[in-house]
Amino acid sequence: MIKGISLILLFYFLGSLISHLIGGFIPGSVCGMLLLFIALGMKIVNPESVRNVSLALTRNMAVLFIPAGVGIMAHYGLIAEHWIAIVAITVVVTLLVLVSVGATAQYLNKRFNNNDSDN
Amino acid sequence: MNNIITSTTAMLLLVVGSYFIGTLLYRKLRSAWVHPVAVGMVLVIATLLLLDIDYETFRQGTAFLDFLLGPTVVALGYLLYEQMAHLRGRETAIFAATLVGGIVGIAGVWGMGLLFGLDETLIASLQPKSATMPIALPLSEQSGGLQSVTAIVVFFTGLTGSLVGPWVLDKCGITHPIARGLALGSASHGIGTSRAIELGALEGAVSGLAIGLTGVTLSLLIALIEWVIG
Repeated sequence: MIKGISLILLFYFLGSLISHLIGGFIPGSVCGMLLLFIALGMKIVNPESVRNVSLALTRNMAVLFIPAGVGIMAHYGLIAEHWIAIVAITVVVTLLVLVSVGATAQYLNKRFNNNDSDN
Repeated sequence: MNNIITSTTAMLLLVVGSYFIGTLLYRKLRSAWVHPVAVGMVLVIATLLLLDIDYETFRQGTAFLDFLLGPTVVALGYLLYEQMAHLRGRETAIFAATLVGGIVGIAGVWGMGLLFGLDETLIASLQPKSATMPIALPLSEQSGGLQSVTAIVVFFTGLTGSLVGPWVLDKCGITHPIARGLALGSASHGIGTSRAIELGALEGAVSGLAIGLTGVTLSLLIALIEWVIG
């Protein structure tokens, strides 16, 4: 477990370093995620060594969302003022993304994998 | 006495304990409306108001949880690696569909946001809404959005996809399990994925893959926008 924690922190650190060097355009954590993904793919890191800590973090991550959500206390006025726009955009854009992704994937899958058993 | 009530220990107990109560309630009622995050948020806000603790004090006490968001995103790299097995031979379809979803999502937020006359702060808060929460929060902050608005919007985005997603996909004739899983994960992150898992194992696995891919796609697209307008 301690090896896994060290590796996750190492990749977070490297990701933050890269993020800093490229002017912060991409969050350090996202850079770290890509680096870990590449390191696993190139067999530099053994998947077993980060497995437990990765599952522990991602399975329980919902609890980490609460503090940011509680911020609605501080910005209640802003949300109350624009709630119709916020709700409309959330629902409409979510469904647009859903249908565009589904339609594109289905169309391309049929074109590229015509002989697939699960098509 | 006040020091103990607003201590890091008390604030962490408040968040984790409220979330725990949320999970108990969720197990009992099994409805998306009593999602543990929503219940936890309501309990925390109610407690803070009751004890007259301001938001800044609360944020200082829960800094550790904010820190953990970073390592959690890094850990998603492992899940992405594991789920990549489901991608073989379908790379083009999956990457293209995720990219289309990212562009439609961001263009949709900008188009509708300008139509409603929203300012840049709110648009920046809404922009990463299809990304998984730990990626959406730093993306929002980095482009000048408010994390609290993003948190609420990301949550409702998940709820929307999970509640009506499969029905909308049926109506649009999207029947391929890979397309359905990818759509649910891309549009509504982890909450959509838990719905996709109910539809089938393949749907669930592809949906999980879509969470990481969408997070990366939106990070790159938002970086591109920042670079162009900045």
